[in-house]
Amino acid sequence: MTAFIVRRLFWTLPVILIVIFFTFVLMRQIEGNPFRTSERNVPESIQQNLEEKFGLNDPWYVQYAKYVKGVFTLDLGPSLVLRGRDVNDIVREHFPESLELGGLAMLFALVVGIPLGMLSALRANSFLDYTAMFFSNVGFAIPSFLVATLLIYFFALQWGDVFGFPTSGWTTWQSKVLPSLALGLGPMAYFARLTRGTMLETLQQDYIRTAKAKGLRWRRIVAVHALRNSLIPVVTAAGPILGFLITGSFIIEQIFAIPGIGRYYVTAVTGRDYSVVMGLTVLLSIIVILANLVVDILYGILDPRTREART
Amino acid sequence: MHAVDGVSFDILNGETLGLVGESGSGKSTTGYCILQLMRPNSGSVRFEGVELTELKGESLRRMRRRMQIVFQDPYSSLDPRMTVGNIVAEPLIVHSVSNRKERRARVRELLDTVGFDPSFTNRYPHEFSGGQRQRIGIARALALSPDLIVCDEPVSALDVSIQAQILNLLKDLQDQFGLTYLFIAHDLSVVRTMSDRIAVMNDGKIVEIGDAQYVYSHPREEYTRALLKAVPIPDPRKMKERKQERRQLQKSLADG
Repeated sequence: MTAFIVRRLFWTLPVILIVIFFTFVLMRQIEGNPFRTSERNVPESIQQNLEEKFGLNDPWYVQYAKYVKGVFTLDLGPSLVLRGRDVNDIVREHFPESLELGGLAMLFALVVGIPLGMLSALRANSFLDYTAMFFSNVGFAIPSFLVATLLIYFFALQWGDVFGFPTSGWTTWQSKVLPSLALGLGPMAYFARLTRGTMLETLQQDYIRTAKAKGLRWRRIVAVHALRNSLIPVVTAAGPILGFLITGSFIIEQIFAIPGIGRYYVTAVTGRDYSVVMGLTVLLSIIVILANLVVDILYGILDPRTREART
Repeated sequence: MHAVDGVSFDILNGETLGLVGESGSGKSTTGYCILQLMRPNSGSVRFEGVELTELKGESLRRMRRRMQIVFQDPYSSLDPRMTVGNIVAEPLIVHSVSNRKERRARVRELLDTVGFDPSFTNRYPHEFSGGQRQRIGIARALALSPDLIVCDEPVSALDVSIQAQILNLLKDLQDQFGLTYLFIAHDLSVVRTMSDRIAVMNDGKIVEIGDAQYVYSHPREEYTRALLKAVPIPDPRKMKERKQERRQLQKSLADG
């Protein structure tokens, strides 16, 4: 197992290099440049000085090599647009918020979604099942900005006296409830549907009948035999979803005025802030790679059949 | 729609009742109904005078210590995420018949009894062949020392060379523990070697029941005769004649 983890970690290096390369090339392909925007009226000579200062006049491979070196020495470089700030600062100051928001949303999605899907499968085609699946479909179909708006309207404004949720911010625990719900609703609905489907399939398996013949209580059959076998597809889906949730949601952060990293990402792209875009992309890809690594480790725990294939 | 209807028979203590019939004739369904793995819509299943169809929850669960089943498919009937040791130990745990230490010893003893190397208790089912897996299934069925075991086509998923081993094992276990078997199979030669009495099922009904040797030598029903003619014999020339006879029998069955 240790050998497997070490090997997987080693393989993340070339993946990161490729991510850097493509982001680098693609960003340079976009029209414009951080200092030559129509909004800023910067004299030509200053523009040239700035480009010289940040090395934008070097050949692309020199810039690329400098950048890669920076990444591996954990220095993501200065922001080209936000004066006096470097990307490391931005990550340090704003990533924790996104991480917390995504983590809470994921927690909500798993803790509500999986039991809901289980209940639906155990009471398949009952009123409870239909109700749960109806709301899952709705939750999956409504875009998060609408969910966020509705949550604010009802729980912060209409019945704000009862619930006491603020309309925005990211300070007290009350202020964290609505954003987490808004971000987590879609994944929650997805997990519920997925769990229901795999659970129904597992309950049809022969070894469930074996467990029954052994004289197990139904609760134990569900908990020990059915749930464990049903969770594999859920775990598979959970990896990338976790990656995307904790790397910041521009929409949710914007609506609730949360100082997370998602907002910087979008403004950096439109402002051609190369180093911020690159830095955040590298960070996000590392997170997605790590999330997938965790998924692979969980596979081994959940499914012994995948164990020896990899050591 | 009734898959099984009007089936009535007794199984005597210590005997093997063979239940034969073609695919879809309701053999397995009958076996499941006896163990209450499926609930019959109507009718009565009595085990030593206890009406099983009226048992529910705890009392039914406790009854499962006395009656067990060996399933047809040793691949799908074992939970792939459980070790061999846990599969065999689970009945002991849920019926709390022993403590941890006794349980370990019992699992090893059971595996040894069925000819499965007890040092492999920490392995998973997928690491073993069909015959080995069926031994695990048998050890699991024996764990609670049941009186009745329903053998639901226990060898039909296995290699011919392994079939004989498993059948001999089941016979030895019966002698050793005084087990009663309901032996379900579609292979008549298999049932013949195992059974004291044989019941022939067709289309959800029992068409003939009687002493094993007698049913073979003097089949009363045409259906039984047709079924017997389906047993292959290792002689191509004779096989040709038999196919001919079988076709005629099937034709007369279809007309009648």
